Amino acid sequence: MAAPLSVEVEFGGGAELLFDGIKKHQVTLPGQEEPWDIRNLLVWIKKNLLKERPELFIQGDSVRPGILVLVNDADWELLGELDYQLQDQDSVLFISTLHGG
Amino acid sequence: MCQVGEDYGDPAPEGPPPPRPGHELKCVKCKEGLPVVVIRAGDAFCRDCFRAFYIHKFRAVLGKNRLIFPGEKVLLAWSGGPSSSSMVWQVLEGLGRDSAKRLRFVPGVVYVDEGAACGQSWKDRARTLADVKLILQTVGFPWHTVALEEVFALPPSVLRCSAQEPVGTMGNYKVAVDSFLQQEHMLGAEGVGGSPNSTQGEEQLGQPCTQDPQHPAGPPPADQTEALSRLFDSVKTLTAKEELLQTLRTHLILHVARTHGYSKVMTGDSCTRLAIKLMTSLALGRGAFLAWDTGFSDERHGDVVVVRPMREHTLKEVAFYNRLFAVPSVFTPAIDTKAPEKASIHRLMEGFLLRLQAQFPSTVSTVYRTSEKLVKAPRDGCAAGPRCLLCMCLLDVDTADSATAFGAQTQDCSQMRPPTPPAEAPTVPCCSTEVGRVQNCFRGTKPCGREDSRARVIEQLCYSCRVNMKDVVSPSHPRVVLGGGAHPWGLLPRSSSWPFSAVALLGPPATLHLGRGPAPQPKVWASPTAGGVLEGSFQALAPVGQSSQGMASPQGLAGDPGVSGGEQ
Repeated sequence: MAAPLSVEVEFGGGAELLFDGIKKHQVTLPGQEEPWDIRNLLVWIKKNLLKERPELFIQGDSVRPGILVLVNDADWELLGELDYQLQDQDSVLFISTLHGG
Repeated sequence: MCQVGEDYGDPAPEGPPPPRPGHELKCVKCKEGLPVVVIRAGDAFCRDCFRAFYIHKFRAVLGKNRLIFPGEKVLLAWSGGPSSSSMVWQVLEGLGRDSAKRLRFVPGVVYVDEGAACGQSWKDRARTLADVKLILQTVGFPWHTVALEEVFALPPSVLRCSAQEPVGTMGNYKVAVDSFLQQEHMLGAEGVGGSPNSTQGEEQLGQPCTQDPQHPAGPPPADQTEALSRLFDSVKTLTAKEELLQTLRTHLILHVARTHGYSKVMTGDSCTRLAIKLMTSLALGRGAFLAWDTGFSDERHGDVVVVRPMREHTLKEVAFYNRLFAVPSVFTPAIDTKAPEKASIHRLMEGFLLRLQAQFPSTVSTVYRTSEKLVKAPRDGCAAGPRCLLCMCLLDVDTADSATAFGAQTQDCSQMRPPTPPAEAPTVPCCSTEVGRVQNCFRGTKPCGREDSRARVIEQLCYSCRVNMKDVVSPSHPRVVLGGGAHPWGLLPRSSSWPFSAVALLGPPATLHLGRGPAPQPKVWASPTAGGVLEGSFQALAPVGQSSQGMASPQGLAGDPGVSGGEQ
């Protein structure tokens, strides 16, 4: 049983184009049975924040290759990638590296 | 290893999976700091070590290929994107260091506004330009902003490959650096306000808003914008559009460099981008030019050399660095923004490589290392042959060779001209009307040799540029804005003028059905070494990763990797 979490979700590098151009979203994740990890966060984002072209952001149950995920300014590979359990007031940043040069 | 029915999705049954780097781990370099980023496969770096690693790579690439001489004027091609922004920031930091390790060239920045090609309104473009100027003023180098429309006003000389300046040898480089350092010491001893470089720096900072007087603020002429939009709208495939944009942008940047006396241009191509570019170039038929397209230096334009100092940084490192150290960049939508995966060969290759990279983390570095081994060998030993009109590479087509399928295909292009007797072919006075406008003229009883001119132009293109041009469809009545005066359409000798606006004239006639179908194997005039290296190395694109095929010695590597004092 997970309590509601308040998390800041940020998009950069062009990923914000898929979210109406808004870079920072302060979201409150509702309490639910399963704990909130990045995997569930992605599902939530796809359902609630993503405005168009889901295939450009999500592939399978992870992000599309080329999109970096930083949690509190640290690489998510250090934290367990999809299995990292979100804490309250965490900041998750998705940077698309595919755009621009 | 590769068996039918084997499921690659299963984890390799080698034992327990390697432990994930977690908070318990320390930075692999200093063994003390808390790691923030994972580079390559499993190397966790802390913030400071990552910064040192990143900066060191940049300096090492410049120092290893000793091409940039002290005091040289270098133009930084900045697109606003993360890689080029990072490059500009590195140069800015590098110039401000203490004297032993300071970068010693004189930079300028150019920004190309490509909004017209992407269909942006002038309002959006102006907004982007305002952001761009803000950042450029912060950086403080002399800067130039040009709109892509200005490519129509380029003088014909851009298409001529100027005489090559002799590339400095190692001896020259060392001598140049030593004399520069001596000069610095002398001036420092005489008490002239510090080293010449710092006075140069002051001069630069004294003119931070050096805007090119030829490019005042304000929208470019509407007819040029419209011509550019029409040109890009008339291109059938996104692949050809991207290639065309690349060509136009390159020539525009080179023109700016030549006009303002820059002898080098730095572009921010990263390791990932170059790996994708290598594979894409192969698919586009540019196999003969891989060494120039993806190497550190690209001397095909003669007097201006394009260098790629970011070629060892992956996109992930660039993105992390920009985020951790607040490097400003400007986001501009491009022609392939939000394009689906199969929209172009570039997109397809990008998706392929990045997906492969996710499963086999050494993919990009293996492909990149292959590009390091490519040798720039001229075809059959003749270095001074005709060059492609668009990409300025030595032509890889041999029109005399009609026995191969490739030869037959290229013959077909030149068969496009209508069967007029040779005496009538040079219809010079018909088309070269007053300066400024040329219409598809029907002054005579027959249309003047538009097919003629198109065929002649095609003859002077390399294989991949020919294929690209097939996707460019001309509008029914091409109104071509000429630059540089009346232009004889009849004969197009190799070194003659051919404004880019003529691209609008090139359209496939109804009979030509060649497109990006299954093309016959092009005869690629790469040196046998390069071809052999390619085939050999690509067999290593499996989980193995470490390509140990030491073939032709890598271009530009000096004997000593250590740099001290003479480092730039």
